[in-house]
Amino acid sequence: MYQYDDYDRKIISDRVTQFRNQTERYLAGELTEEQFLPLRLQNGLYIQRLAPMLRVNVPYGMLSARQLRKLAHIARHYDKGYCHVSTRQNIQFNWPELEEVPDILAELAEVEMHATQSSGNCIRNVTSDQFAGVSSDEIVDPRPYCEIIRQWSSFHPEFAFLPRKFKIAVTGAASDRAAVQVHDIGLEVVKNQAGDIGFRVLVGGGLGRTPVIGSLINEFLPEQHLLSYLEAILRVYNQFGRRDNKYKARIKILVKAMGAEAFAAKVNAEFEHLRDGAITLTAEEVARVARFFPQPSYVSVDESAVESSVQQLAEQNPAFGKWLKRNVRAHKQAGYAAVTLSLKPTGVAPGDVTDAQLDAIADLAESFSFGEVRTTHEQNIVLADVRKDQLFDLWQAAKKQGFATPNIGTLTDLICCPGGDFCSLANAKSIPIAEAIQRQFDNLDYLYDLGDLDLNISGCMNACGHHHVGHIGILGVDKKGQEFYQVQLGGNAGSDAALGSVLGPAFTADVMPQIIQTLIDVYVAKRVEGERFIDTYRRIGIAPFKEQVYAQAD
Amino acid sequence: MPKLIKDFEIVEDNWQVLGLDGCEASIDVPAGNVIVPLAVWQAQKDQLQARAQTLGVWLNSDQMAEELGDDATQLALVAVYFPGFMDGRGFSTARLLRERYGFSGELRAFGDIFRDQLFFLKRCGFNSFSMPEGTDLEKNLASLQDFSETYQAACDQPLPLFRRRS
Repeated sequence: MYQYDDYDRKIISDRVTQFRNQTERYLAGELTEEQFLPLRLQNGLYIQRLAPMLRVNVPYGMLSARQLRKLAHIARHYDKGYCHVSTRQNIQFNWPELEEVPDILAELAEVEMHATQSSGNCIRNVTSDQFAGVSSDEIVDPRPYCEIIRQWSSFHPEFAFLPRKFKIAVTGAASDRAAVQVHDIGLEVVKNQAGDIGFRVLVGGGLGRTPVIGSLINEFLPEQHLLSYLEAILRVYNQFGRRDNKYKARIKILVKAMGAEAFAAKVNAEFEHLRDGAITLTAEEVARVARFFPQPSYVSVDESAVESSVQQLAEQNPAFGKWLKRNVRAHKQAGYAAVTLSLKPTGVAPGDVTDAQLDAIADLAESFSFGEVRTTHEQNIVLADVRKDQLFDLWQAAKKQGFATPNIGTLTDLICCPGGDFCSLANAKSIPIAEAIQRQFDNLDYLYDLGDLDLNISGCMNACGHHHVGHIGILGVDKKGQEFYQVQLGGNAGSDAALGSVLGPAFTADVMPQIIQTLIDVYVAKRVEGERFIDTYRRIGIAPFKEQVYAQAD
Repeated sequence: MPKLIKDFEIVEDNWQVLGLDGCEASIDVPAGNVIVPLAVWQAQKDQLQARAQTLGVWLNSDQMAEELGDDATQLALVAVYFPGFMDGRGFSTARLLRERYGFSGELRAFGDIFRDQLFFLKRCGFNSFSMPEGTDLEKNLASLQDFSETYQAACDQPLPLFRRRS
């Protein structure tokens, strides 16, 4: 993964000094609450319901064992012994003391991490495909471009006070695992017929209160123009994005208001001025950054021999077999697999990990996956390069730490925001709903029979739990001080992205497991062979689900 | 006379800003160093051009650099008003005035700006900063140097770091 040089270290250390000074001035009353707000947000610090929350960037999801151990140390020393993997691949600490945050940032800097622009009206941490570099459907490894964007966007002087937050996601695979269509900018790294690398550029996607699928504004942006084009988009947005109403300030509203074509024309006009300027990428720079993402030193493995021994072990240990089926994924390298550690055992807030578990993940990474892991936007952890002949050992080790729940991609592997238990924006709790649903669907064989199903829960319309793009989405709403839950069906986050439709009036928390059960019963009754929930929904529409759910409610 | 930060020093501000609370485009522009609203410049350009060396024009945050455009090069000073510190349009305005319209005179940020924005403002091409009343300018000066290295190309450093790394 990317390693800092003296320049990177200097910049991050200057930032720590700057924030230390800002915090001291705030505590001394020299900075107003209002002035300190954007400064602390641009260092990842929210003031939450119970305490501050610190969001630490995990650039495009990559973490080393050393970084994991540092996060464990921070969780232990500065927090209550755990942290949370967010739906944008970041790590969140829920209980730091404001006074100690500069020290935490200094500790993070020691392992080449930071919380720069993890919040605020600026360019946020760039996210990507958790299987970057190892997936067989990959066209180009997106990580070098992610790192180039990270550097370009960090402390960008022109774009630190945008109308609203700005999120960029990059994928390099045929199948989109980075939800690029619901980001402010989504980039797909592609190759043209001549074999040159470029980007399909989508703009104006997003979730939140006005969910929108992004519009394609450039079919093929040649690689070298990446930063000039991004700068053109950001400049148009900075100048013309609405600032009178924060709910209408995201770029998606600007793109909608102007029309995607007019917006693209404006970007292109700006780009013509910037084209071939100093920020044009050089082949040397792309190569320099790409060298940090080499193919690991894979050993040659007898694929068929190892495959048969793994299958034999699976027959002897059905639990191992189940894990293989759900948590282990094909790899581009013969004899290797990508393994997802589930952070979704029932009874634990989805995405939460303890300090001891972080240390354990670091150990697993070192023993089984070249010392690196990735966080996923589904709030799990991936070991990307595991030798197949070590899968059984890994499974046993992961089981001990509670990471081997064989539910990846199923209904209980749900995405869930921290909700009303922690977040001051939330209208309703989300974690207890997640747990109640997990308990309702605790039979693994039944769960597997239901197959791939994305269930996403957000505690408010800001949609951190991505409820619009869940096959089943749940949105917490507040009605006269009481928590209710609205259900949406038919969303999807992949390459064929779609936004869910509202089923009907919202429900109280206590009936939610039964409501989900009813939806599943309709699916099971109506599905034809091999259909996933989303397929059946697309074929039969929302009406049969609606009828059944509200007939029972009556 | 009020003071401001200009070219890394605290100096006296010998300019007068006209029309902050609104004025007719046809207003009589007083003698001396005056910064007029864009509308006044546009309406009285023919007369004002003769004294452009002692004239400044200020842009509100919703007035884009292109509205002044090449006229900027005739002027001694261009000021960009920040109605609130969260309004970041002026950062783009400044870069465009410098990089696209070739303005090399005094580029002043004024209005609701504060210390922790100075480094970015400077990078975007501002070289003078009229801070809100009561600001400790001595302390603020230091923040023009908050970072010793930067990734991006901007007005203070025409090359991005990737073209300078050794």
